[in-house]
Amino acid sequence: MLLKWQHLSQQLIKLTEFKMTENYTMPDERGHFGPYGGMFVAETLMPPIQALNEAYQRYLADPEFIAELDADLQHYVGRPSPLYHAQRWSKELGGAQIYLKREDLNHTGAHKINNTVGQALLAKRMGKTRIIAETGAGQHGVATATVAARLGLECVVYMGSVDVQRQALNVYRMKLLGAKVVAVESGSKTLKDALNEALRDWVTNVDNTFYIIGTVAGPHPYPAMVRDFQAIIGREAKQQCLAQTGRLPDALVACVGGGSNAIGLFYPFIDDASVKMIGVEAAGDGIETGRHSAPLCAGRPGVLHGNRTYLMADDDGEIIETHSISAGLDYPGVGPEHAWLKDTHRAQYVAITDDEALQGFHALTQMEGIIPALESSHAMAYTLKLAPTMKKDDIIIVNLSGRGDKDMHTMAQREGIQL
Amino acid sequence: MSRLAAKFAQLAQAKRKALIPFVTVGDPHPEFTLPLLHAMVEAGADILELGVPFSDPMADGPVIQRASERALAHKMSLRKVLAIASEFRKTDTQTPLVLMGYLNPIEMMGYETFANAAQQAGIDGVLTVDLPPEEAENCVVLLKERGIDQIFLLAPNSSDERIQKMGRVGSGYLYYVSLKGVTGAGHLNTDDVATKLAQIRNNTSLPVGVGFGVKDAQTAKTVSQIADGVVVGSALIAQIEDNLHDLATAKLKIVELLSSMRHAMDS
Ligand SMILES: Cc1ncc(COP(=O)(O)O)c(C=O)c1O
Repeated sequence: MLLKWQHLSQQLIKLTEFKMTENYTMPDERGHFGPYGGMFVAETLMPPIQALNEAYQRYLADPEFIAELDADLQHYVGRPSPLYHAQRWSKELGGAQIYLKREDLNHTGAHKINNTVGQALLAKRMGKTRIIAETGAGQHGVATATVAARLGLECVVYMGSVDVQRQALNVYRMKLLGAKVVAVESGSKTLKDALNEALRDWVTNVDNTFYIIGTVAGPHPYPAMVRDFQAIIGREAKQQCLAQTGRLPDALVACVGGGSNAIGLFYPFIDDASVKMIGVEAAGDGIETGRHSAPLCAGRPGVLHGNRTYLMADDDGEIIETHSISAGLDYPGVGPEHAWLKDTHRAQYVAITDDEALQGFHALTQMEGIIPALESSHAMAYTLKLAPTMKKDDIIIVNLSGRGDKDMHTMAQREGIQL
Repeated sequence: MSRLAAKFAQLAQAKRKALIPFVTVGDPHPEFTLPLLHAMVEAGADILELGVPFSDPMADGPVIQRASERALAHKMSLRKVLAIASEFRKTDTQTPLVLMGYLNPIEMMGYETFANAAQQAGIDGVLTVDLPPEEAENCVVLLKERGIDQIFLLAPNSSDERIQKMGRVGSGYLYYVSLKGVTGAGHLNTDDVATKLAQIRNNTSLPVGVGFGVKDAQTAKTVSQIADGVVVGSALIAQIEDNLHDLATAKLKIVELLSSMRHAMDS
């Protein structure tokens, strides 16, 4: 068994040796996923995103770059992350066998670092000396501050002031790592406003600054690039599933904020028609209350932050304030590739309320001794519903995108406990 | 010839440069804007840029962001901006009107509905900050069919190739953003602007307006010596913000600032 794993761990992380999809070729060269995606940015940002796209295409085909990335993923991030058979939970639910992709075990505690390691290497290759990022839950901010510290790059993280409060622990982590955290006071003071402010910084400092976007949003090439860096999740999961069970899974489940952990898991399975893909959005207080963050389930197409996608917007096109107990899902847009997968029915999108997410949180904690992030808890909560409807020899892979340490304050507060 | 092209031709004949004020429509409340537009024309404005407020103005600095927030607090919208433009057209059939804003309100309305509504409201140009020529094909055609110019931004880092593209796809005029940054930021470096304008003129024959960093009569004059048009926005909106409790004074200050710019540009 050990030998087999060693063999796998070497194979798994070779980005170059794994052709991800045969038939599926999205996006086109200008970043379109059908009507979605694209490059909707102010003129000052066109030259840098074009330069980024060129660099990205070049280094993706550069064996030296890939080797460095592979080494970082293995020795710094700690990949491959396990695919863990949650036997007790599966038995308790009495349906499908549940496997957890353990992104919570990555360095810094979430999938976010897969992407920041990749983008930081690109930044270095492009000669940029300053890194900026937006963050909601603070996981992407921490993952960015981490790689910036390691490479000795200046780092500024934009974070809505509401999120600064509810994710205070991560703010402190970023500061320890040497990043400057800027609390954004405009608009709804959450993730979308942090993104606006990061874009404003980038327009002002384009010459020396690399903007590490934390999810599959933004203008092309970000949605494709972030997907490709996160696709390590699905590539590993596929091989691990084959190695452990001898077959492909029947369903994939992942939470969707911007959609990076979900697309990272889904992408390598897109051509495998038998594998269902289910993205779980945040229904907040409930879709019917309007207080939610579920653009795919209850929004409409529009343009925000550089791409066309499903959005939460009113009839006048103004962006509606979102709500979710989890800061990382509290975003009115979603990656354009998810919009495309929804319209083409290749993936299915559902929504889970705050209360249901808490049930998912407790279920995993109590049944398996794993405390999930509130974002990931949405995927767990949907698994609670899905697994019992499936057969005992069916297989679900759930993306455990991050660990719950950062959410201890929110949870304690919610349950009326003083820490 | 579009009203914008005619205006620039007429100004060129008179050897004058266009003074182009920008205000956010509905700031600080919907009734304030219409009389202000007429007053700005009287003070010497040649073309008016009407800012359409948006919840997420990514390319704007704090001054215009707050103007958007004040207008949105009164439920200002693209539809209502067009209604105010229609009102303006009832008594002023000459001054070109340019809508400036972000794409999502247009997306929600639908491109064709928007193009029709803009035509009916007497709009002459549309400048959408987050719509580069690569994504604009559909919109440009619909507007052109209705005699409306699509105006594009140029930046300090725009290449020859991009300038040519804007010149081909755009019409009316091009808007050169004189610095890398958001609206209302920093100081304008005249030498840099002059160098860039030379490059722009080598690549397109469209008139060029310059904005970002025009604050007073002196900067307006300097810019007018090298550009075809001078765009001033944040400096005007700052007058509103400084006089929120005395809007008559706000209007007076805006008129004074524009008059001083007009005077400096013409002398
Ligand atoms: C643990 C975790 N999961 C999921 C998300 C949501 O992001 P995405 O949808 O891009 O995976 C976040 C964002 O902060 C997160 O921290």
